[in-house]
Amino acid sequence: MTQLLFFNVFNGLIVGAFYALMALGLSLILNLSGVINFAHGGFLAIGGYLAYSLIPYIGFWGALVLAPVLTAFIGILVERVLIRRLYGRDPLYSLLLTFGLAFIIEDGTRFIWGAQSLPFQVPSWLVTPLSDDYFFLTGYRLFMVLVVGIAVAGLFFILNRTRLGIRIRAGTLDLETVSVLGVNVRLLRNMNFGLGIYLAGLAGVLAVGQLGLQPTIGASLIMPSFVAIIVGGLGSLPGTLLGGMLIGVASGITTVFFPSATEAVIYVMMAAVLLVRPRGLLGEEGRF
Amino acid sequence: MQPADFTKQAPNIVVWALLLTMPFWLSHVGGYTELGSQVVVLGLAALGLNFLLGYTGVLSFGHAAYFGLGAYGAGMTLRYLLPSTGMGIIIGTLIGTIAGAIIGPLIIRLRGVYFAMVTIAFGQVFYFIAFRWSSVTGGDDGLTGWTRLPLHLGFTTIDIQNNPVAFYYFVLVMFAIAVGIMAWLLRSPFGRTLIAIRENERRSRFLGIPIDQHIWISWVISCAVVSLAGALFALLNNFVDPRALYWTQSGDFVIMAVLGGMRSFWGPLIGAAIYVVLRDYLSSMTENWESFIGLFFVLVVLFFPRGVLGIITRKVKS
Amino acid sequence: MSSESFSIKLDRRALIKTAAAVGVAQIASPFVITARAADTVKIGLDNPLTGTYAALGKNELIGAKLALEHINAKGGILGRKVELLVEDSTSGDAGTAVQKARKLIDRDKVDFLVGNINSALAQAIANVAYEKKVFHVVPGGHTDSVTGSNCHWNVFRICNTTQMEASAVASSLIKNAGKKWYYLTPDYAFGHTLQAGLEKAAAKLGGTKVGGDLTPLGTTDYSSYLIKAQAAKPDVIIFLQAGDDAVNALKQAVQFGLNKKFHLAGAQQELEVLLGLPPEARIGTWVFEWYWNQPNVPHVKEFVAEIRKASGGHVPTARTWFGYAAISTCAIAAQQVKSLDAVKMAKAMQGFKLPPEIALMPDGAYFRKGQGQLIPDLFVGQAQSKGASDPEDLFKVSDVVKGESVAESLAETGCKQTWPS
Repeated sequence: MTQLLFFNVFNGLIVGAFYALMALGLSLILNLSGVINFAHGGFLAIGGYLAYSLIPYIGFWGALVLAPVLTAFIGILVERVLIRRLYGRDPLYSLLLTFGLAFIIEDGTRFIWGAQSLPFQVPSWLVTPLSDDYFFLTGYRLFMVLVVGIAVAGLFFILNRTRLGIRIRAGTLDLETVSVLGVNVRLLRNMNFGLGIYLAGLAGVLAVGQLGLQPTIGASLIMPSFVAIIVGGLGSLPGTLLGGMLIGVASGITTVFFPSATEAVIYVMMAAVLLVRPRGLLGEEGRF
Repeated sequence: MQPADFTKQAPNIVVWALLLTMPFWLSHVGGYTELGSQVVVLGLAALGLNFLLGYTGVLSFGHAAYFGLGAYGAGMTLRYLLPSTGMGIIIGTLIGTIAGAIIGPLIIRLRGVYFAMVTIAFGQVFYFIAFRWSSVTGGDDGLTGWTRLPLHLGFTTIDIQNNPVAFYYFVLVMFAIAVGIMAWLLRSPFGRTLIAIRENERRSRFLGIPIDQHIWISWVISCAVVSLAGALFALLNNFVDPRALYWTQSGDFVIMAVLGGMRSFWGPLIGAAIYVVLRDYLSSMTENWESFIGLFFVLVVLFFPRGVLGIITRKVKS
Repeated sequence: MSSESFSIKLDRRALIKTAAAVGVAQIASPFVITARAADTVKIGLDNPLTGTYAALGKNELIGAKLALEHINAKGGILGRKVELLVEDSTSGDAGTAVQKARKLIDRDKVDFLVGNINSALAQAIANVAYEKKVFHVVPGGHTDSVTGSNCHWNVFRICNTTQMEASAVASSLIKNAGKKWYYLTPDYAFGHTLQAGLEKAAAKLGGTKVGGDLTPLGTTDYSSYLIKAQAAKPDVIIFLQAGDDAVNALKQAVQFGLNKKFHLAGAQQELEVLLGLPPEARIGTWVFEWYWNQPNVPHVKEFVAEIRKASGGHVPTARTWFGYAAISTCAIAAQQVKSLDAVKMAKAMQGFKLPPEIALMPDGAYFRKGQGQLIPDLFVGQAQSKGASDPEDLFKVSDVVKGESVAESLAETGCKQTWPS
């Protein structure tokens, strides 16, 4: 029993890392632009499909690098053409817009790649367990955690050390002042959106390594990311990261004791957090 | 009747005339009675949502939860408790309303996007309960083994079970009651206060209005109407499944309200009619109807944010 | 900023006009449908084309269209041309599926209703068809109750019951893999009845259940369930997931190396799933309900060739055959009684044996009297990572099981039909 529990806590961290990756992208966009991106799951699917199509030409590693970048470009384009028009308007409208976009993307991927799920292959040396006892530690899952780690480190590096990142953070706190100081806010939001979608695309490539690649792949992954953001606290990226890990572990532990509540537990957790601390674990007071 | 009164009443007269005569003309324009019932039921849900969205200025993206609770409440009453359509509706509506009342205090202090997100997430709790508690709810297979039953009124029996037209009018009566109460509330001082909150929350607060309390009451009323619609929806299909609670259903309600016009009383009903008919029609024409619906969302948001009635009123005024 | 909002306004006005015109055209066009030729026989297909079951739904549609072509080439039904009206039921939205069934029956006045892949939706629309007394064929929704406790006189089903699939595979599994089984079962009626069927069949042969978990439909991460399964040390881990769930579960099980420690198997498996798996995960012992590679069975080769032509080179799957057999059944029923009266047609189909060019299997298939369930052959065998002759030959049939030998008796199914007087 203790071993089972230990395994599941550990496993929960791996699963949570993945949720966190998705949630971070959502969170970035939400914080700076006030847009809940319902189409995030769609962009995840695009990332996976692009990787699938690229692999025959540039291999898995090439696709891992290129597919998220291409996804980010699509994201940047979408922001320019559609989402940009809605800044400053009631958040209702951006919600509906991304909701509609999610429909279009799901149907579009089905139109292009077909409804049949596609066999996505990762290098075979990655998909074997590293140890007989810790069989759930496959090379691929450790690799996923590693990639998430690098992506998170890179993200925080960008936010803390580069001009773009510092502006994004400043804009999150007080967009008006940043704008008055002469920063091109439209470009800033555009780049920030691209960054968020990059993370979605990356999550997509990682996800299809162990999930079936089909048009609805993103839909079931988006809700846990929402909960991760709420639990962690709006406006706080470390909070989102923490939230993702927490819900991963919580569902892992619940599987051992009360398997039928595996999904519900993250919502119970959310309700508890909201009761005790409405702004979320690491959320700032007074925002939202 | 003064001419001014008449122009004020004209929309009401037109809407009611159309609703009352629907079964007679619908089939001549390529519709069918159940489509009419569906428009009225979903229109009621959209009107209920709009009580909160349009008149209090609070965006809920999780109303499908209460819609679904109403549906399950009605279905489970008929399945497990007692063979009475009326009790099904009452219990279904009560369950949805009570759930809304309990969740309300947890969320009413949140605003804007945060409120929307939290309502979605709470809605998912009920979705998972319906989805996983399959021994009682039937899980993903849905709740079967029951149907709506004829209405026994003592002096007469109305066969809403097998006669779709009778069922349509039954739905319309429920609709009229709920809509009448909402319209009365909106005209009362309470309704005026809600609009004041929508227009300027800070100022209302300074005026000493207990904001949270008002939002909570508006939220509960809205949940009650939506769960009534849910109960009727279950009776319409003789079936409930967890999809009625899923967050995409909430999105449908919001788009109906926006499409018809959030600021006008009948807007959401018009929106529901357009949306239901368009979806019904598109999905028969092409398997890629989801793209068209998505595109439709985008177009509405970009070009018709005030909705159909918003445009018409503006035209009339100018 | 101001100039921009001005230009938007201009755009908006122009757009309103075009959109209004388009809108009117669209809302007005249902008129046109009522003008459809009245002398055709109409078959309504209410099946998923979007969502999780989209791939299966499209394959059934391909089969249905081929059947339609064959019927019309032979002069239609009762000398009238046959028309197939296709509606997207969505993969899980009962409200939509029921609405579409009513639309097909009430407005389009179809003579036959066909659908659905999702058992829940199949049940929901079967109730509508029953209420309206329309001949209804369920091509591919497996839950037992459709032709069991909730059966109706007007409802016929092509695919097997879950119980039949479970019984078909059980003996082969006990013989080849071991007696201690661990179940990973999707948490809905399809999974529950499959597991119950397997437990019952295994118990008769001395097999035992050493544990199991119910996994929610649409689960993406199976790791915690697999950890528990491994800890129970079974001989066989039984995967009862279907569709995308099966892809996810098997992909992860193989990555965990569980296929090297245990025998991985299950009951129903589909070619669509195996095609979606990477080669190393195409493993296990399964039941196929129909398989395209039957070199010695007449008419199969022609069917495969025709489907390849219609589907861009792909072989037919069991789903394609379901769609084909479902539509063909409608035509046969009408030809039998020379009438479109649902009661007469349904009576004629009791115990009816499908002709070999439609059954397309060694022992043929017939509709069992008093139940409406087709009793076909079942194909037990192993998944293979690469086909020897064809890239889509991913299953090796080791045993063809006669449906009769695995189906429950009529009394056991709980089906009691009440016929209209």
